[in-house]
Amino acid sequence: MSTIVPTGVDKVSTADEEVKTSVGGRRFSFDVRESGIYVAFLLIVALFFFLTDGALLEPQNISNIVVQNSYILILAIGMILIIIAGHIDLSVGSVVAVSGAIAAVLMVNHNVPWPLALAITLACGALIGAWQGFWVAYFGIPAFIVTLAGMLVFRALTLMVLGNQGIGPFPDPVRTLSNGFTPSYLGNVGLGSLGGADLFSILLAAVAVLGIVVTQWRTRAARISYQQQVDVLPMFLAKILGASAAVVFVVIQLARFKNLPWVLILLAVLVLGYSMLTGRSVFGRHIYAVGGNRQAAQLSGVDVRRVTFWIFVNMGILASLAGVIFAGRLNQAGPTAGNSFELDAIAAAFIGGAAVQGGVGKVVGAIVGGLIMGVINNGMSLIGAPSEKVMFVKGAVLLAAVAFDVWAKRRGESASN
Amino acid sequence: MNKDILHMRGITKRFPGVIALEDVNLTVRRGEIHAICGENGAGKSTLMKILSGVYPHGSYEGKIEFDGRPCEFGTIRDSEKRGIVIIHQELALVSQLSIAENIFLGNEQSGRCLIDWNRTNDLAAQLLARVGLEENPVTRIQDIGVGKQQLVEIAKALSKKVKLLILDEPTAALNDDDSEHLLDLLRGLQTQGITCVIISHKLNEVEQIADRVTVLRDGRTIETLDMAAGEVTQERLIRSMVGRDLNHRFPHHEPHIGEEVLRIEDWTVHSPAQRHRAVVRGATLNVRRGEIVGLAGLMGAGRTELAMSVFGRSWGTGISGRLFKNGHEIQARTVREAIGHGIAYATEDRKRYGLNLIEDIKRNVSSAALRKLARRGWVDDNREYAVATTFRSDLNIKAPSVLVGTGKLSGGNQQKVVLSKWIFTDPDVLILDEPTRGIDVGAKFEIYTIINRLADDGKAVLLISSELPELLGLCDRIYTLSAGHVTGEMLRDEATQERLMHYMTMEQEQSA
Repeated sequence: MSTIVPTGVDKVSTADEEVKTSVGGRRFSFDVRESGIYVAFLLIVALFFFLTDGALLEPQNISNIVVQNSYILILAIGMILIIIAGHIDLSVGSVVAVSGAIAAVLMVNHNVPWPLALAITLACGALIGAWQGFWVAYFGIPAFIVTLAGMLVFRALTLMVLGNQGIGPFPDPVRTLSNGFTPSYLGNVGLGSLGGADLFSILLAAVAVLGIVVTQWRTRAARISYQQQVDVLPMFLAKILGASAAVVFVVIQLARFKNLPWVLILLAVLVLGYSMLTGRSVFGRHIYAVGGNRQAAQLSGVDVRRVTFWIFVNMGILASLAGVIFAGRLNQAGPTAGNSFELDAIAAAFIGGAAVQGGVGKVVGAIVGGLIMGVINNGMSLIGAPSEKVMFVKGAVLLAAVAFDVWAKRRGESASN
Repeated sequence: MNKDILHMRGITKRFPGVIALEDVNLTVRRGEIHAICGENGAGKSTLMKILSGVYPHGSYEGKIEFDGRPCEFGTIRDSEKRGIVIIHQELALVSQLSIAENIFLGNEQSGRCLIDWNRTNDLAAQLLARVGLEENPVTRIQDIGVGKQQLVEIAKALSKKVKLLILDEPTAALNDDDSEHLLDLLRGLQTQGITCVIISHKLNEVEQIADRVTVLRDGRTIETLDMAAGEVTQERLIRSMVGRDLNHRFPHHEPHIGEEVLRIEDWTVHSPAQRHRAVVRGATLNVRRGEIVGLAGLMGAGRTELAMSVFGRSWGTGISGRLFKNGHEIQARTVREAIGHGIAYATEDRKRYGLNLIEDIKRNVSSAALRKLARRGWVDDNREYAVATTFRSDLNIKAPSVLVGTGKLSGGNQQKVVLSKWIFTDPDVLILDEPTRGIDVGAKFEIYTIINRLADDGKAVLLISSELPELLGLCDRIYTLSAGHVTGEMLRDEATQERLMHYMTMEQEQSA
């Protein structure tokens, strides 16, 4: 604790009450801005649940939504960090393609063992990120330009590596990671009218729920011990119950189908890890500081260029992981792989509450943003809508989400004046 | 035709929490050069912004009468239509466009629908001849110097059929020759019947050129002096500008001064924009434990540049000189190193350089010393909350909790957050740049108390301020800076506003 805080400054208590009431009003609007995304997600799920007569939440369909969107969600995690720092990355689609190509050449053409090939591919992704990070952070070229160039260059490299043709098939372990499910380690249990479900998956869900309850409870207890404001108990319990119910529902549905997709477990680990990184680590805080006010961050001793450099390296690694998973899913690395993935990832981040000016955004938000797009895609194809209509709706949702954000922010500001 | 061209009566302008102008009166005679003088923050620019319509009618109280008719300007265009043109300190030229294009920007010389470039360039050439600028009208602005750019601004004003020309610190960025030329030009315009209002810190210029001078202080008109008689000296003007009342605006403080903590030796800094121009020249100064040292200087004297270059070379290029901390030479090449050596710098522009306005109080307070709250790279946000809460109560930051966004706080409370942030880095030297700028009187007193407390805790404080009473009321010792040189050093007891102002202006006359 600081011992150098000057004490005994005359307390002026006038206007304290006034401040309290007016700020109370503002906090509410801020909450609307934060939680709006979750409400929107639930509404969209409910809408398509009814439009598809329940088909949206059938076991196999949930599994499809997860597997079909996994690579976009992985990209969205990297993208949200870049957007929080006030930059953009247009090259991720091409990096996905070139990574798939590298992995294919190594695994298929040269029979390199798949773990080594995966490691080499991720290292290439890191190098690509370092290349772009160098130009953005240390040379001072806007990320928009650097990654626009990267979009062309890495697509060109993909074509060169592949010799303009698809390479496949991939070894089984890679396909399993992209497409496969956890084996039935412990056999099935009967769930009455729902039929049989995988016991291992259900135990995993129980562990997850227990984890949520314990960590949330301990966080709450610690906050109370520091006399911070926390949600009232019923609200707290309702939130935990809601989150747990969602986890249990999704897992049971999946357990009734073919157990848990491996990419879901990978995604869960990534989301947890990156949420910790952005919310609790010094590095994560520096990302927000750089995006919020670059000069102030610089004058507070944050190495702005270093932070910028490393988030691009990170984006490169995640894009290459997404590239391997995408190639594994198609069982082939193709020259057009990852086309326009960058737009989906960027849209996910902005729908998920990131601010165009930087400094704002959450990993979980980007994931939910990505899922909103995934559910729209999936739900509309279930009701047989043509792809142009899907595109139209996705565009409208993106604009509406950002318009809502801008509106909520403006309202918050005008309330303070 | 009456002999007065402009009457401003009872002008009062309020900003949230601050009264910038109070019952100000200004009368300008037709065809005269009228100077407006006052300290930084006296209200000169605000008054001119009201006159030119930057602050629209209705946002202030009082009456303006120009050329015999009342004025209710809503925008700058309204005032320009009546013949009032203001040239701001920061020139409003587009550097990629040509001289002629700039002159007629917003007033394009078109035929039926297309711009008539021959006419544009012809008219521009005529205007350039009137201001004595020998340049081709198609030359781009970025290819001519600041002095010539100033002339282009005047040519632009002439193109608008100007009757009253307002110049805000026109010679601040000019060298002697360019300044001289500009003043000659103003006299020339005077003979063509153009009335001129000039805001200037350079009292020798005012003495040279002005027919009459109006002095503002603390947002009030003090007096209008007639310079024609030649009896008004610079000393007389200074006395009028600084006033005499130093009332009880400052908390009592008994200094306990120890050994030297920081010494800056032969410090020279060059401007990053013009690499050959030295902004700080061979400055040497020191601060001791428990001492509050003031740094006085007019705008452009190099105070902020000096402070920021010492703080991890955050400003300037071609920095030379030596830094000593507790008698040992140190290097502070980055902000991290400077903070590591126990140096803190609280900026003059807290919104642009001091705070992350979209984050809450808590995260701003911790932002310069986040590692103190972290174990193996992970931040303990409960301790962070506790630290911020302690600062909130100790510095009396008025907010219901530390989770309130700093963008929603008043100026005084924002400044307290900035101070908290730097106090939390546990510095030995605090450089405070204009810590009370834009803050109301009550909050100022609180900031002063905090500064005194810091000194009592054994910190060395270097205080940059444009308000001379503030320096005299707080500092144990004061340096004056002028055109990058340290021109004087005096103890509190020796210092008066007149003496300070003398040293703050003297070097400019000789070396600018």
